[in-house]
Amino acid sequence: MKRSLALAMLLAVSLAPSARAANEADYKAAYAAAEAASKEAAGMRNQWTVTVSTLAAAKKAADGGDFDRAVAASKEAEALARASIVQATSEKEAWKAMEIR
Amino acid sequence: MKARSALLLGSLSAALVAFALTSPRVIAADKVDPVADAKAFQNFFFQKFPNVTHEDFVNGPYSMNEDMKRQWQEKEEFPPYEFALDAGKEMFSTPFKNGKTYADCFPNGGIGIRQNYPYFDTKEGKVVTLELALNRCREANGEAPYSYVKDEMASLTAYMAFTSRGKPMDIKIPDDPRALAAFENGKRYFYTRRGQMNFSCASCHVQSPGERIRAETLAPALGILNAMPIYRSEWSGMGTTSRRFVTCNSQTRAVPLEPQSDEYRDVEYFLSYVANGLPISGPGARP
Repeated sequence: MKRSLALAMLLAVSLAPSARAANEADYKAAYAAAEAASKEAAGMRNQWTVTVSTLAAAKKAADGGDFDRAVAASKEAEALARASIVQATSEKEAWKAMEIR
Repeated sequence: MKARSALLLGSLSAALVAFALTSPRVIAADKVDPVADAKAFQNFFFQKFPNVTHEDFVNGPYSMNEDMKRQWQEKEEFPPYEFALDAGKEMFSTPFKNGKTYADCFPNGGIGIRQNYPYFDTKEGKVVTLELALNRCREANGEAPYSYVKDEMASLTAYMAFTSRGKPMDIKIPDDPRALAAFENGKRYFYTRRGQMNFSCASCHVQSPGERIRAETLAPALGILNAMPIYRSEWSGMGTTSRRFVTCNSQTRAVPLEPQSDEYRDVEYFLSYVANGLPISGPGARP
């Protein structure tokens, strides 16, 4: 009984998703993705201030060695940039609905 | 025979209905028609605010609120833009190093011409604003350009606006497809949502004039540029049209464009044109 309990625990631990801390490589990958999306938004003349400040926060966290926070901020910046791209794309036609006629 | 005719008629009707539903909608407004746009724009505000006299729209939030208007009228006894006005007058008449003055760059010596700006320059194929024309004048005379957002530029435009007070806005759109495209581009910019707040210029100044956004009473879009430049208590100083566009963008959490970018020039062209006939009231004072 004791042996099967130990085996079950070992199995559970081995199958559980690993919750390791982020490293510099994770940050660099997340930041590059966010930066690319941000550049795309800027190219559409629709950059958001919060994207810029969140990217800066990611870099600051990475400079301070806090890669968990840096990765989280990079992912947030990427999501913001992608939202601004969706906005710019949909507004190409949607603005007409607001027009006074 | 009767049944056959009925069947034919029914099929024809069904085909017509199907055609009407599937054919692309012909929207009159898709054709660039600044005259119709200006008429519709003005009528919208005149009907929305039937108690506001037409020329009062240029007074922005004061046209929307009687209490604010009384406070403003008292402030006008000693207006906060007065220092800028005096400075602008002096700057305007002070010669450049080459001996020329601003008056040499403008029609009528630059006096009483604010209502004609911005204009469409057919040579350049672009909109030229008063701020841009002033800096071009400086550069043509060997002087460094001023910042587009405040200080000297606000003082100069304050003086030029003051010499045009009461004159009706008179913006021309020449028979040039590029001018029509600039007008349309300005209109698109005005109605396009941007920033994390997902606001367009129209969200505040068409949908909600007279309403409060935090402590501010929103101004109507109609005549909003007739009062430029303005002394803004929030800024503790003067600001130009460029500054107004930049801060509006920031407030919606959109990264502002560079002052005098094509988009800002075009939206100024659009907003000024649709305010044709309303008097210049600048320089103005705003909370």
